[in-house]
Amino acid sequence: MNFQISEDQRALQEGVRSFCEGRLPDERLAELAEGGGFDRALWKDLAELGVFSLRRAQAEGGLGLGFCESVLVFAELGRRAAPGPLAWSQLAVSLIDGVAEGEVVVGGLDLTGGAALGPHLLEHLDHVDVLLVMDDAGLRRLDPNAIEARPVEVPLDPLTPLHRADSLPEGEWLAGPDEAARLRIEGAALLSGQLLGIAETTLLMAVAFAKEREQFGRPIGGFQALKHLMADMFVRQEVARSAVYAAGATLDDPLVGSAPRAVSAAKLVASEAALANAHACIQIHGGMGFTWEVPAHYFLKRARVLECCFGGSSEHADESARHLAERAEALVAARA
Amino acid sequence: MDLRYSESDEKFRAELRAWLAEAVPAFGPPPGIHDWAARRLYDTGWQQKLFEAGYAGINWPREFGGRDLSATEQLVYYEEIARAGAPYIGVNFVGLLHGGPTLIAEGSAEQKARHLPRILRGEEVWCQGFSEPSAGSDLAALQTRAVRDGDDYVVSGHKIWCSFGPVADFGEFLVRTDPDAPKHRGISWLILPMDLPGIEIRPLPTLMGESDFSEVFLDNVRVPARNRVGAENDGWRITNVTLRFERGTAFASEMINLQQTLAKLTAFAKRVTSDGVRAWDDADLRRRLGHLAAELDALWAMVKLSVCEAEAAGIPGVGASAVKLFYTELNQRINEVGMRLLGRAGLCRDEIEDMPNALIAGRSLQSLSLTIAAGTSQIQRNIISERILGLPREPRPTAEKAKPA
Ligand SMILES: Cc1cc2nc3c(=O)[nH]c(=O)nc-3n(C[C@H](O)[C@H](O)[C@H](O)COP(=O)(O)OP(=O)(O)OC[C@H]3O[C@@H](n4cnc5c(N)ncnc54)[C@H](O)[C@@H]3O)c2cc1C
Repeated sequence: MNFQISEDQRALQEGVRSFCEGRLPDERLAELAEGGGFDRALWKDLAELGVFSLRRAQAEGGLGLGFCESVLVFAELGRRAAPGPLAWSQLAVSLIDGVAEGEVVVGGLDLTGGAALGPHLLEHLDHVDVLLVMDDAGLRRLDPNAIEARPVEVPLDPLTPLHRADSLPEGEWLAGPDEAARLRIEGAALLSGQLLGIAETTLLMAVAFAKEREQFGRPIGGFQALKHLMADMFVRQEVARSAVYAAGATLDDPLVGSAPRAVSAAKLVASEAALANAHACIQIHGGMGFTWEVPAHYFLKRARVLECCFGGSSEHADESARHLAERAEALVAARA
Repeated sequence: MDLRYSESDEKFRAELRAWLAEAVPAFGPPPGIHDWAARRLYDTGWQQKLFEAGYAGINWPREFGGRDLSATEQLVYYEEIARAGAPYIGVNFVGLLHGGPTLIAEGSAEQKARHLPRILRGEEVWCQGFSEPSAGSDLAALQTRAVRDGDDYVVSGHKIWCSFGPVADFGEFLVRTDPDAPKHRGISWLILPMDLPGIEIRPLPTLMGESDFSEVFLDNVRVPARNRVGAENDGWRITNVTLRFERGTAFASEMINLQQTLAKLTAFAKRVTSDGVRAWDDADLRRRLGHLAAELDALWAMVKLSVCEAEAAGIPGVGASAVKLFYTELNQRINEVGMRLLGRAGLCRDEIEDMPNALIAGRSLQSLSLTIAAGTSQIQRNIISERILGLPREPRPTAEKAKPA
């Protein structure tokens, strides 16, 4: 066992980081928010970078890497709030042609566990070429043009446009319940990576601001109340990092533990880290934090979008509880 | 980023598990908490057994009787020790987990040879004399004086909160060797034989009703200068090595115990009913327990990450503060949920059949110490914000001189 990031993994991480920082500076996020929340050219370049073909076998033109690398890459995407149905497209790479190259954008809707509250809310409907729908019966593919839906005027996340549809056509079945369930767990791991990235970036922003901004004649970062808020942000980030890496490692090597258990833990703590760190980041910015100009809000809003996809925190807490109950039963059995 | 234990790790696990399955039941239950002499005998007796079977000092160098196993074998060790319900490390805590490791990193050849094998064999018990009545969080403000006189230091002062004081043979003691230097630069780290003339130990009852820590009064105690670890006045640097060990991996087996506590609570929640409703069927409680289990999994992953990093670097990094902070507060949250679940049964620290009340009531009290000892949670937050995040340091009005005004 060496749980540390390997040198190759570090190089991949750094490559994606500098790409994302170059292509998605704060000003670009604001432009994208104005312009509908999607950038097809960026999407193509992400494809070129290997974001979608990362886990594909080399023989099939992919990078032949695994979930460890995927969660690292998705953390980088989360750090710059890269827009679009990134996780859905990576999941679909072996199901739908053209995804790896970035020519076909695949989005999706997760209806597992029964209908969600209210009408169906479809993300990025105007940008996707294929829409996947996942439910307890399996996975199907829909033609976005065949869906009757109207745009939501004010989506919570300006970088995640929504449409609402009251009903959906059946579409074409691609997979049964088992494969859908597997994809859902894998998707939750990828989103956990993005959520980790949000926890990291909001901490960086908070620390940078707190070192600059002065009140009472000194940098506000010297006030202990704020130092301790940021120390807690750091702990949440590290807890999330550990759990997310463990989820990646467990998906890549099922012998090391239960992947559903590891992924639920990762999704729970990464959601918490992203939401709480984004909130703290806004608080530390004071009035500036409540403006559109300071980009903290993009990260908070994206964290909300990611938190409730592929299982919200209540569902993952239930899943964790199920695994805990198994261990409790084993304990009782051992004592009897 | 690989979590797979190697074949040799698994082989080690299988051997250890087989040995523990025989050794633990044969060793018998621990003595009462008030009987210090029996506690020492029990804890060191177990250490002796570990040593004889080749399971002492798994990460210590072979030349001192250790096994020099890898970091991952250490993790296997903690997992198996906790799984088997083996005796707690108890009075061996300081020697094995931070005193000994500090000697390995900083001690002279003679000091290592003198103490390390004896610590491993359970022949030497250590305590820690760092804190003083007016130097707790601000540890570098300590005033216990050590004046050089020939080949000795003459030490006088007052230490407090010294765990295992009454049964210790040696102590890691911080003393001031240069009162005129800035306070961090006048400290030395001494190995103090606890039976020297002039040492008086007075136990202090804790809120558990036990006397787990003591005050130590030192009145002109003559300590050979060769008992100093590291250079004179370089004790603060060495202290930081000790503290990193103390905050780093020292809690690993307690974390696994905590996983078991949570499983016990869960077994209880699945059994206990109130008004005909099973506690476990309360979605809010169930999810709270599930969330705590997820946090424990994350914590164990965090330990694996930091153990692998520490192995690469030699000593635990400052990130150990994050592990300590998260673990100790999580421990308290778990016990808090446990107390809520127990209701009135938690008011009774005697065992009630089929109930984890004594365990949880005891732990919920004991856990209060975790966020105080080895650097309070507030101090860990200061460390993280200053040394990791680079935020401005706390004001240091007493920074210059250690002497009282
Ligand atoms: C069970 C137990 C066992 C122990 N065993 C040992 C032992 O074996 N050997 C040993 O040497 N010591 C031992 N200690 C002592 C322990 O290390 C100290 O209690 C601890 O460092 C705190 O010091 P203090 O008690 O003087 O509290 P203080 O430093 O007086 O702190 C009081 C409160 O003020 C807060 N505070 C202090 N400074 C700051 C700051 N700069 N910023 C924010 N908040 C601050 C603290 O967080 C705390 O809440 C033990 C303690 C306990 C509880």
